[in-house]
Amino acid sequence: MTQIYSSRRSENAWSLALRRLWRDPVGRFSLGVVMCYLVLVGMVLAGWLGARWNDPVAVNYAPPTWCASVANRVTLPAGEAWDRSSVIPLYGWTDPLEPLWSEARAAAQRIQPEPVSYRLTLLFGADKWGRDVGQKVLKGTQTSVWVGLVAAFVATFIGTVLGALAGYYGRWVDDLLNGFYGVLTSIPYLLLVFAVAAVFQQKGVGTLILILGLTGWTGVFRLVRAEYLKHRTREYVLAAGALGASHGRRVWVHILPNVSHVILVQFSQNLVGFIKSEVILSFLGFGVPVSSVSWGSMLNEAQNELILGKWWQLGVTTVAMAIFVTALSLLTDALRDALDPRLNS
Amino acid sequence: MSGLLFLVRRLGQALLTLLGVILLVFVLFNWVGGDPALILAGKMASAQDLANVRHQLGLDRPLWQQFLDFVGQVLRGDYGESWATHEPVSAIFRSRLGPSLTLLIPMLVLETLVAIAVALLVAALRGSWLDQGVRMVSTVAMSISLLVYIIVGQYVFAYLWGWFPVKGWGDSVLTNLRIYALLPVLLGLFVSVAPSIRLYRSFILEEIDQDFVRTARAKGLSEVRILFVHVLRNAAIPIVTNILMGLPGLLTGAFLLERFFAIPGIGREIILAVERSDFPLIKAITVYVAMATLAVNLLGDLCYRWLDPRVRLE
Repeated sequence: MTQIYSSRRSENAWSLALRRLWRDPVGRFSLGVVMCYLVLVGMVLAGWLGARWNDPVAVNYAPPTWCASVANRVTLPAGEAWDRSSVIPLYGWTDPLEPLWSEARAAAQRIQPEPVSYRLTLLFGADKWGRDVGQKVLKGTQTSVWVGLVAAFVATFIGTVLGALAGYYGRWVDDLLNGFYGVLTSIPYLLLVFAVAAVFQQKGVGTLILILGLTGWTGVFRLVRAEYLKHRTREYVLAAGALGASHGRRVWVHILPNVSHVILVQFSQNLVGFIKSEVILSFLGFGVPVSSVSWGSMLNEAQNELILGKWWQLGVTTVAMAIFVTALSLLTDALRDALDPRLNS
Repeated sequence: MSGLLFLVRRLGQALLTLLGVILLVFVLFNWVGGDPALILAGKMASAQDLANVRHQLGLDRPLWQQFLDFVGQVLRGDYGESWATHEPVSAIFRSRLGPSLTLLIPMLVLETLVAIAVALLVAALRGSWLDQGVRMVSTVAMSISLLVYIIVGQYVFAYLWGWFPVKGWGDSVLTNLRIYALLPVLLGLFVSVAPSIRLYRSFILEEIDQDFVRTARAKGLSEVRILFVHVLRNAAIPIVTNILMGLPGLLTGAFLLERFFAIPGIGREIILAVERSDFPLIKAITVYVAMATLAVNLLGDLCYRWLDPRVRLE
């Protein structure tokens, strides 16, 4: 006998989508890569990884270990800098600064600094100041991904709220918000970002998030508004209204879950775009301050290093960014397919 | 809806949006932007210096008066002087437009041709290894920052191998096209062609399963004829729309290419203006570009009404 009715509760749309995503090898793989990056970002945020990115641990431009054939460590003797007799020939004159120097030497004697030991090679090489590129790329990944994530949250939130209001209420609310949308989209995205960056004089992660979040919500707005326009006259919404559900309940409890797949895909698309924008802004010096490091600021340093033949910082940053963005783009496509099976046919 | 009424309504809408842009730019730069006198007068400025700078820029007047001033500037097309160089802003815009267009027009033409050709090819062979390969390669290629392409391209092709000048710009358009714009155009083409291929492929795929294609095939037309005449002609509307929408972007120049290759275009000027807090220049360019976008949108809408009778029924 075939079973027609099941006493089991029908499966939740999200867990169905997750299973569809898991069945797709590309989706599974890209989800894994993105998750690895997010765990990495969490560990850097917690201070377990990449915390010492700003320490000079190697000689300037120490090459990667696997393409260098030199000894691995050099120890600079301490106190050498105080001995000036070998530096400047005095031709029999007495050094007019001698009293100061002897005082300094006496002070140095008292301190007895430890001999500093620098590495000659590192796994991923070192930058101009001898900082470990491996540590820097961990910290830079955290900054770039974090900025992208939070900005995508801000943009998705603004776009969803405004899009829902415009689509559901229509009339003057829609006219007003749609007009605002028209204003923002009549300015090319990058120009708008630069204009806002010019206005915010303070550099920093918070400013970056604000710039990207405030300018990047228009895509979410357009799609969410269209979905709400479509859904507001559907039977289930009318039924909810007839049962006495308030407008707010209909908008946020009844319709929102039914359009959430659009929002999630937009979020992931925004994340890709924001990370790319952050890299450009930081590269141009409008992004993270010098006290921080991101993929963009690393590329900025790498530009000058490349002319000297020091390619490792460029290579490591490019690979770190390319893996994440490729995985995220593939995940976005896989998510879209998994969440909306109609598109597959 | 009659044509004239439609025109009047769309025109009114565009003007309202332009007013919105002016308001947004004003709020950003005259209100959110804080006090530019603190930057312009330098670190050693006295209170009197600051007041002088503010008075000179008209920033000590009430906001509504400053706003009316700005609207007047937009109407006259005269945005005053750059705060950094004291060159009239409209003169800066005019003199920097040429280099930007020298760079961007060849790029746009080449990109469109290459993207349509490749998109037709992969759409015709959809599902094959070539299609999959192009999709995979363009996904990976798009995930590498365009900064990397420019940095590596300039280093390898210009600095290391010496095929092109590393940077520079000449006086004659021909010299620029032949020598200086060559590498930037090729790099820009390489970077922008992948997203276009993906987009155009989807436009073409939307048409390729339609009934008229099946009919054409049933009539015994060759695949080449079906693809290039029947499919391409129908996919042309979204493709042309995409190109049209990109046209106002020509006015902003190519930010990164112009900066890397020292091309005196608008994009480089905008980046310099952001670095120097040169507000009048950014304000002017933003309004110019928004005007161009609105004009193109309006023209596009009118063209559709004229080309596609279905639109008129709405």
